[in-house]
Amino acid sequence: MYRTYVRYWDVALPSSLLAEPEPFDDLPPEECPAPLAITLSPVRTVPTLAEAARRVRPTTLAVERTLPVVPALAGLFLDGLRRGSSIGVSGPGARSLAMALMAGATSAGSWAAVVGDPDLGLVAAGEAGVALERLAIVTAPEPSAWGDVVGALVGSLDLVLVAPQHRVGAATVRRLMARIRERGSVLIRVGDGPWPDSFDLALTVVDGSWEGHGSGHGRLRLRRAEVVATGRRAAARERSVAMMLPSPDGSPVPSEQPGSG
Amino acid sequence: MTEPVRTLVVRCPDWPLTALGVALSDPAVVLTAGRVVAASATVRATGVVVGQRRRRAQGMCPEAVVLERDEAVEARWFEPVVAALSDITPWVEVQRPGTCAFGVRGPVRLFGGEVPLVGNTAAVVRKALDETLGEGTYPGCLIGVADGPFAAGLAAGLAARSVDGKAVLVPAGATPGFLAPFPVSALERPDLADVLVRLGLTTLGTLAALPVADVVGRFGSEGLDAQRLARGLDGRLLQLAGQPPDLAVGIEMDPPVERIDQVAFAARSLAGSLHDGLARRGLACRRVVVEAETGHGERLVRRWRDEGAIGAAALADRVRWQLEGWLNGPPGVRPTSGLVRLDLVPEELVNAGSHQAGFWGGATAADERALRALNRVAAMLGPGSVRVPEWRGGRDPAEQMTLVPVPEGPVAGSVDGPIPVVPHPPDGPPWPGAVPAPSPAAVHAEPAAVDVLDAAGRTITVDGRGVVSAEPVRLRQGGGAGAGVISWAGPWPVDERWWDPSRHSRRVSLQVVSDDGLARLLVLEGGSWRIAATYD
Repeated sequence: MYRTYVRYWDVALPSSLLAEPEPFDDLPPEECPAPLAITLSPVRTVPTLAEAARRVRPTTLAVERTLPVVPALAGLFLDGLRRGSSIGVSGPGARSLAMALMAGATSAGSWAAVVGDPDLGLVAAGEAGVALERLAIVTAPEPSAWGDVVGALVGSLDLVLVAPQHRVGAATVRRLMARIRERGSVLIRVGDGPWPDSFDLALTVVDGSWEGHGSGHGRLRLRRAEVVATGRRAAARERSVAMMLPSPDGSPVPSEQPGSG
Repeated sequence: MTEPVRTLVVRCPDWPLTALGVALSDPAVVLTAGRVVAASATVRATGVVVGQRRRRAQGMCPEAVVLERDEAVEARWFEPVVAALSDITPWVEVQRPGTCAFGVRGPVRLFGGEVPLVGNTAAVVRKALDETLGEGTYPGCLIGVADGPFAAGLAAGLAARSVDGKAVLVPAGATPGFLAPFPVSALERPDLADVLVRLGLTTLGTLAALPVADVVGRFGSEGLDAQRLARGLDGRLLQLAGQPPDLAVGIEMDPPVERIDQVAFAARSLAGSLHDGLARRGLACRRVVVEAETGHGERLVRRWRDEGAIGAAALADRVRWQLEGWLNGPPGVRPTSGLVRLDLVPEELVNAGSHQAGFWGGATAADERALRALNRVAAMLGPGSVRVPEWRGGRDPAEQMTLVPVPEGPVAGSVDGPIPVVPHPPDGPPWPGAVPAPSPAAVHAEPAAVDVLDAAGRTITVDGRGVVSAEPVRLRQGGGAGAGVISWAGPWPVDERWWDPSRHSRRVSLQVVSDDGLARLLVLEGGSWRIAATYD
């Protein structure tokens, strides 16, 4: 009954009564239509849980949602290495590219772990710019423990590079990705084997060619290669950069003619 | 400023060994986290010291039995000693299993002087030890009396070397002079001591002589605490102004709990809430009273002291130890019914002090988190499974870097950064003949054999002058046609360590780019070619 009454006023109230009184309104105050400023919809003073959470959540700057990358790779990313994403690296030269990916973030203070790639060339990693004092090498766990080990690492380290030699289950990867998104780390998978999930960003090294050597003379000096990135959502447009991977001193350097591969 | 409380410390030397049932004449070391925490006298005579790594200790004394520390057992065996001391004073504080302390002001009146008090204490402890461990198996405790528990603890440590054997009494007021010659490592703050020694402050006396303002300015609250200890004062200033209401926490257990694991579970959550309550007011406590009560009204009260402000997990452990000793004790001691109540009462509140990363290097929060995770993974996968790179130097990509196990335990505040290894080539002598940059991105742990063939299908050889027998044309791994060679460079002969027959290595390396798009580093050694590395 009450509700109907309110509705009635709500609908039938002339808009003039809600506005400022007319200057020529000569009615005595007591005859004015009663206090119309009553709140017809109750003001909600208790915020919902979601609102409270939004209010107390610390501000995250855009730069904190990404990890830095070296200039040679900047063209592959929209802003930087997005936290909470997965990256697949494949093609001949995948390890060099993975090192280049780790270089920017580790030299800015992030930690990286390599799980199950005993062959990773540490000297090359150092030359590529990876801060070796923040790099840990983890031996390949048993397939049954793989998910737990990688899960423990992604919870605390910014970059985790995996090269599983076994088929990783879809449920394991789903759990892992949920944790990565929650903790804001980045998973880099090196290699061409099957992966049960599509990567947020897939990087492939193509058209690699070595320079500096001939038939019994010279030495390997640099490799010109093109890196192609395809991704999901915002990164769906295919991008590619040409670079020296590695350059004569071992670091990844953008090619002289960008985009020409 | 509060006066330091005149304190008597009872210390049972080599307690971790005794608790594990080692006779003092047997050679044995007790380890925790890979480091020595106690060693029997015969082992110490060979040069093994507390804090050494396991391997080094074993190297010095191979016949020693290596045991893992068990603090719960230590606490359980120590419980009768603490119970016996309750006859002298109810205010016994256990610092850790094997060491306890009490203020002498009350009992000294009862016994009429500190010397009779020390004698009585020694007799009481002696009797308790004989009853638990067996007559004459343990040489007895050490006793130190001084102003403040820190100085009394050091005095007890000295007692082993004193003339009459078992006790050192530092006269009232003489404590600062007593402390002065001790090295700063006696503060048991390794990071701080390390810096102090580098600054030329090697003894507590030199630290105590510094102006307070300078110490605070340079080392903050940690330095202030250390200097107060060095001056013979209490470590931290007590929070006396405006005692906050009641920070004690307690839990009623209904039905009565008889199993130790259930009590420990309750203690853990209780310790957590005690800490939350303290932390909310920015406080920590130096002493915690643990009170347990059974359904028949029996009460067990113990005081635990820890200068480093007791953490929640450590406190839960202490509650567990204390109750284990009680619930599993001999029939006369054991309570006759289950526990119905457990209380934790914080005493001697101090300002918690803010946690601040040291400015002399050390680890950041991210480093600590990462190392904790790596240590956890190492625990899951076994020792040596998580490693960090260390520069060794060499000519081969495989030997330039080696992997060492990730450091164990807390590394916060290691002086040289998060991991004390050398990850980069130091500016030392070069390695002529090393494989030049760029280095291969994949260095094979187990190099695979490969046939390097010339146009006629013969294996390429390299003569003593470093000349290849023919141009390499094809690489073949196992069966199959293999990959064609696009270009190659080399050979580069290396003849290393010819003076050492066991490590002598003579080899030739060759860089080869094949038509599968890969560049490889091939090594000929002992007549066979192997793929040492791939330029992935």
